[in-house]
Amino acid sequence: MRVLSKDFFNLRSLGPIIALLVVLVILPSIIPRFYIYILAVIFMTALLAMSLNMVVGHGGLFQFHHGAFYGVGAYTAALMLTKTSLPMWLGFVAGPFMAAFVGLLIGMFCVRLTKLYFGMLQISLGSLVWAIAFRWYSFTGGDDGIHGIPLPSLISSTKGAYYFGLILLILCVTVIYLIFKSPFGATLQAIRDNPERCEAIGINVRRHQLIAIVIATFFAGVAGVLFVVVEGSVFPDLLFWVFSLELFIMCLLGGWFTFAGPILGAAIMISLRTFVGIYTEYWTLILGIILILLIFFLPEGVWGYLLEKFGFQRKKLLEKEGQ
Amino acid sequence: MESGYTITFAALGSQFLVGLSRAMILFIVSSGMSLVLGVLRVPNVAHGSLYMIGAFAAFSISSLFGGGSTGFWLALVFAPLVVALISFVAERSLFRHLYEREHLMLLLFTFALMLILGDLVKMFWGADYRSIMAPEMFQGAVPIFGSPFPKYNLFLLGVGPLVAVLLWLFITKTKIGKISRAAAVDMEMVGAIGINVSWVFAFAFVLGCLLAGLGGALVSPTVSITLGMDHDIIMEAFLIVAIGGLGNMWGALVGSLIFGLTQSFGVLFWPQFAIVFPYAAVVIVLTWRPKGILKSVW
Repeated sequence: MRVLSKDFFNLRSLGPIIALLVVLVILPSIIPRFYIYILAVIFMTALLAMSLNMVVGHGGLFQFHHGAFYGVGAYTAALMLTKTSLPMWLGFVAGPFMAAFVGLLIGMFCVRLTKLYFGMLQISLGSLVWAIAFRWYSFTGGDDGIHGIPLPSLISSTKGAYYFGLILLILCVTVIYLIFKSPFGATLQAIRDNPERCEAIGINVRRHQLIAIVIATFFAGVAGVLFVVVEGSVFPDLLFWVFSLELFIMCLLGGWFTFAGPILGAAIMISLRTFVGIYTEYWTLILGIILILLIFFLPEGVWGYLLEKFGFQRKKLLEKEGQ
Repeated sequence: MESGYTITFAALGSQFLVGLSRAMILFIVSSGMSLVLGVLRVPNVAHGSLYMIGAFAAFSISSLFGGGSTGFWLALVFAPLVVALISFVAERSLFRHLYEREHLMLLLFTFALMLILGDLVKMFWGADYRSIMAPEMFQGAVPIFGSPFPKYNLFLLGVGPLVAVLLWLFITKTKIGKISRAAAVDMEMVGAIGINVSWVFAFAFVLGCLLAGLGGALVSPTVSITLGMDHDIIMEAFLIVAIGGLGNMWGALVGSLIFGLTQSFGVLFWPQFAIVFPYAAVVIVLTWRPKGILKSVW
């Protein structure tokens, strides 16, 4: 499989990225509050999709229930903030670590299996987590969830949540990029493309996959904490398997084998859901139709398509220069 | 029963029968999923939606005929056929063009189908709760182990094995069944000897979906028919085929029995978290045998 994402942070792309960041920093002072909120939701979902793509796109694992870890992160933070008198930052830190711990537990079972078995076992174990959150009224609030979570005053406003989300997203994407470019990231992609060969040259495939799952679930936990900050509440729908498959669609929409694709996919999906949701209650119908169109006409995703087109043009330019 | 602490033999016995009749429904649904998995090698995420459509269609057909015994029997015959028709149309119009593609695309297609069918059910039938009556001969209960046991569940206990036997005869004795089994083992070879693999896939897919519809129609008198009934069953069917061995029909039976019985005994011991027991059983089975209890077909 091709990796279309050789140079995400090269000098040429640095300009547009900085310009985009400057725009994102200035934006909240000009646009209405509702749009600030939508952008904050996009940051959160983009981070979640990025973390999923680490294992799905780069690792080739069928991580079908990523939402479970996102929910664990959110619930851990929410429960620490509401039920204990520990300092607030501890709740924010505990969320990702708890998500990574659950990721390790579930991952240990899952990496023993391959492909479809992996996916099905994960979807079922993740659903067990959902069932516990859904049924355990006295602890998690059952299907009502937890509302009115107290937040530090700095990030309790929409603008505060926006900047908090933006900073976290930049930090996490940078770290994910460094991992992606590291020898570990290269090994992971090699395992995706040919696990047998990797095994043969002495790479511990399962351990690499498990480490990737733990890292990805950690970032899912960060996204979960961000959810608590943006929404001020948690509910069991976060851990529902349909949402996890929606995340899968975001990665597909942006482009599996690109680095930044999931960010674009998340942005498109959240915007569509927000603005289509105003006109119709049949959002899932539209989502299904979008998915079918994607499968048939754009399997490499929007970003992948653009990169391919762009790469083609560059090749043409080079050919011209050669002449 | 006053509390979970006084568990008598009678209570265990009647819970056993309850679990067994639940297992029959689970078997009918998951054997369909197992068939699709075995031949097409893709877990049909839309299977639960088709089960739900089976139940809603049974409701509409039986109320069309006045809701009596005739209505019920007609619903039992025609609701699965409606589901089969829907799946046939989806398969021939779109799904078949994906057989050459990656498996993940097939899986995502069935997910898209689930999303679309879910909303279509909402459009056609609305979000209300529906219910249908069992025919008069199956209403009421008979005393077994000293506690009343619904007659309809006895009917289910008869239907389950009947479907199992019919399916077994169909797969082992008819030509198309044999071809399907061969396609499950080696699809390329089946194509090489001049059989149209695309139609074999269509057949397996539609038959699998028909079983989902049959499960939905059979379950309809015992539950309230509503949106969201697809989510529970799909997860259960996933687990059952995973612990039974992907694509193995008898594995689906074993898995259904494990799932149904742990669930019904779980209700006895810890009602609030009964759902945890079958999942725990799944974890134990898959730790012990990662590829399921029986041999998977691939």
